[in-house]
Amino acid sequence: MFAALSRWLDERLDWDDLTAPLRHKTVPTHRLSYWYFLGGITLFLFVIQVLTGILLLLYYRPGANEAFESVQYIMTQVRFGWLIRSIHSWSANLMVFTAFAHMFSVVFLKAYRKPRELTWISGMLLLFLVMGFGFSGYLLPWNTLAFFATKVGTEITGQVPIIGKPMMIFLRGGEEVTGATLTRFFGFHVAVLPGLATLLILLHLLLVQRLGMSIPPKLEVQWTANPSAKREMKFFPNFLLRELMAWYVALGVLGALAAVFPWNLGVKADPFVPAPAGIKPEWYFLFMFQTLKLIPSKVWFIDGEVLGVLVFGLAGLLWLLLPFFESDQPSRTKGWITGLAVFALAYMAGMSVYGYLAK
Amino acid sequence: MAILRNRLRPFSAARYAGLAGFVVLAACLGYGQTKNSCLDCHSALPDPLGVSQEKFSQDIHAQKGLTCASCHGGDPTSDDPDKAMSRKAGWKGKIDRKQIPQLCGTCHSDPAYIRQFNPSLRTDELGQYRTSVHGKRLAAGDTKVAVCTDCHSVHDLRAPSDPRSTVNPVNVANTCARCHSDAGYMKGYSIPTDQFAKYSTSVHHDALAVRGDLSAPTCTTCHGNHGAAPPGVDKVQNVCSNCHTFQAQMYDKSSHKAAFQAASLPGCVVCHSNHGISHPTDAKLGSGPDTVCMQCHSPGDACDQARAGLQSALSQLDKAIKSADHVLSVAESSGMEVSEAKLGQDQARDSLTKARVTIHSFRTDLVDQDIQAGLKIAAKNLQAGKEAMVERNHRRVGLGMSLIAIGIVLAGLRLYIKKIES
Amino acid sequence: MTADQLSQPEPTRRRVIGIFLGGGLLASFASFIYPVMRYLVPPAVADLGGNDIVAAKIAELKPNSGKIFRFGSRPGLLIMNSDGTYRALSATCTHLGCTVQYRSDLREVWCACHNGIYDLNGRNVSGPPPRPLDVFDVHVRGDEVVVSRKREA
Repeated sequence: MFAALSRWLDERLDWDDLTAPLRHKTVPTHRLSYWYFLGGITLFLFVIQVLTGILLLLYYRPGANEAFESVQYIMTQVRFGWLIRSIHSWSANLMVFTAFAHMFSVVFLKAYRKPRELTWISGMLLLFLVMGFGFSGYLLPWNTLAFFATKVGTEITGQVPIIGKPMMIFLRGGEEVTGATLTRFFGFHVAVLPGLATLLILLHLLLVQRLGMSIPPKLEVQWTANPSAKREMKFFPNFLLRELMAWYVALGVLGALAAVFPWNLGVKADPFVPAPAGIKPEWYFLFMFQTLKLIPSKVWFIDGEVLGVLVFGLAGLLWLLLPFFESDQPSRTKGWITGLAVFALAYMAGMSVYGYLAK
Repeated sequence: MAILRNRLRPFSAARYAGLAGFVVLAACLGYGQTKNSCLDCHSALPDPLGVSQEKFSQDIHAQKGLTCASCHGGDPTSDDPDKAMSRKAGWKGKIDRKQIPQLCGTCHSDPAYIRQFNPSLRTDELGQYRTSVHGKRLAAGDTKVAVCTDCHSVHDLRAPSDPRSTVNPVNVANTCARCHSDAGYMKGYSIPTDQFAKYSTSVHHDALAVRGDLSAPTCTTCHGNHGAAPPGVDKVQNVCSNCHTFQAQMYDKSSHKAAFQAASLPGCVVCHSNHGISHPTDAKLGSGPDTVCMQCHSPGDACDQARAGLQSALSQLDKAIKSADHVLSVAESSGMEVSEAKLGQDQARDSLTKARVTIHSFRTDLVDQDIQAGLKIAAKNLQAGKEAMVERNHRRVGLGMSLIAIGIVLAGLRLYIKKIES
Repeated sequence: MTADQLSQPEPTRRRVIGIFLGGGLLASFASFIYPVMRYLVPPAVADLGGNDIVAAKIAELKPNSGKIFRFGSRPGLLIMNSDGTYRALSATCTHLGCTVQYRSDLREVWCACHNGIYDLNGRNVSGPPPRPLDVFDVHVRGDEVVVSRKREA
């Protein structure tokens, strides 16, 4: 039956020609091949987010008066609403984690090198979008934690010199975090960010298909010297089947998390209540938050928070341009980027733990 | 610093120099509407003769157009001290303490006069004052007791509704404490000086001064303000019953009322204290040495048994409510819909609140009625919580089934991969 | 291995794999699709939003009487005045949280716990309550009496 279908498509769309690259695509197999799964899992989780997000859209109502109640309605009245919503929340967190893991694995496996600079840049932009998804989505249930986390987060954005204040007003839809912020974040979360993300994902996947899978440098040298040592498997169906297994495992994990640890509803946000003590952002912003807390209020003549925000901005920009710092001759690079990546990972992990444990 | 009453001679020289300067200043600044030359000098003099312009401008009498001469006499229009402070012009100088209530009363006991300013102001304060402990002792010659100016302040006297006024409800206790907590000042009187200290720990103080609830009592609420006197041992519960109506009604019908009256014990105070009234907890019904019942009753007697029954009934309902709350909160955090039952818990809590009021009837049968009603409701909500937990477990079963399905797919994929790669 | 031995286990093995994969995929898809299908069906209790609730039907209350209804997670008090109009208040006493009631003899709102009294505008007029009760808007829609929170300014 599949053969008949592909023949039908081929007669009209030159289907076989279109799918040829896919059928011929190979994935190198080596000790570190498992890291290749991370990109696919992130994509899979994104699809889960889109599907559960669309389902949630059927019942969610944005607006300070109704948002919390509509989420409460989903969690308590809608059949399996608790499941859809908890999967959405858990998958969001898992997706941020896998996106970061994917990024770090690319750094350590040096898959950002020429000719894959554009893949790296599109991927980094996607990572920023994912964090934007997380930040905007977190506010949507309109509970106390989300309200104040958004307040603090947008406050920090406002610290950027010159453009900070206008940026903060743009994000908040006004001077303060209000129902207008909620509507705006909702628009970002369900329209703007998905649109941008879709485009970038398509670009990212196209580049990956075009450029093929990267091989770690040492292995590359070995295999160029000795072509017969090269090991690879076909993407379709071998690698894809393995990916399917990984995706099914992810589904099971998600279902278990959603059923055993359903996502909290919290208390409806009240702008006139003072912020609860020890308010913290979600875990993937903790390392930045904790760093800002540790910087002294004045460094030299610069305000501490402004300095922190600028340093993180600069770090993000430099990280985005990472491939361009990699020299052509490996000996020159001497692994300083790897060293820097180890430091970055250790710093982020350490600060996240610190931030989690701190009062 | 000697108190100079009517002898300003030593300031003669300074007086003329100061006057010259201040006339110029006064002219420039254009002091007040009503000409009040007194302040020209007295705003520059040190205490106790000093009254600054800012201080006097806060005074409600000044705001209504009265001047220094309204109380002290003299001629406020003259810049010449001799003319301003002449006996012929009616100057009284510093008012003697014993005369102060009479002086204030010349206006404040005159309804026709006060009506011109504020028709709803009372004019019976002087009469009330004369019945008070302060008034009686003053008449007997004791000038240490409070007179009008001690509580209301003078020269910066504010309306009681002004939160900065010394007699605003929020500040009254502090004002009374100025004398009544000063052990040195109160030596010679046979009353304690720990009332303010005790009151500061009380729920009434917490409500009034901390939470700003103006309906909470302060010293004057129970003792009266102008007619201040302790209510008397057998009348205390009348005072408390003004706010605590239900408890007083129940107490009135109870066995304790007659017993306390016979023993000349003050009703509510025996158990709840008068000044240091703490938040009553169920522990008050306990049986340790500090608890209230054991002050009179002996362990093991019929009343002690009733007490134990009351305490255990309250704690039984409290526990039932808490355990239902717990199950419901676990169910809710597992994502189950229990809002109806949670709302129902309010009714159970209402019953507990009512039971704690009914204690004052000292009748176990009445308290039991409230307790049983509450227990029924709590049991119903506990049941709802348990059913929600059962539903939650159903979810886990559903999860298990889907995980098994996923496991089968994984096994199948593994086999398939193995097959196509062999 | 002989050609015979090769051909015999193969179909059985293929069938086993087929059953595993096919059956597993079907079962797992069912366990995904079933919740989604149930989810798509709107629940019986329509969510009017946290701001509105049908408190009663018009024939339910008599003039000069009250009814406790549920508003979100707290109780509310719906009162029908003597002239047939409605008013609605929060029913949580501002003193210690007991549920208040309408007293048709006093024509006031009364809290049985400590004798707190509110007038029909929610103002605390006597007894321990420190603050007034929240007032809600009431509209009659068809045969339903709908109570809603006051709109944000």
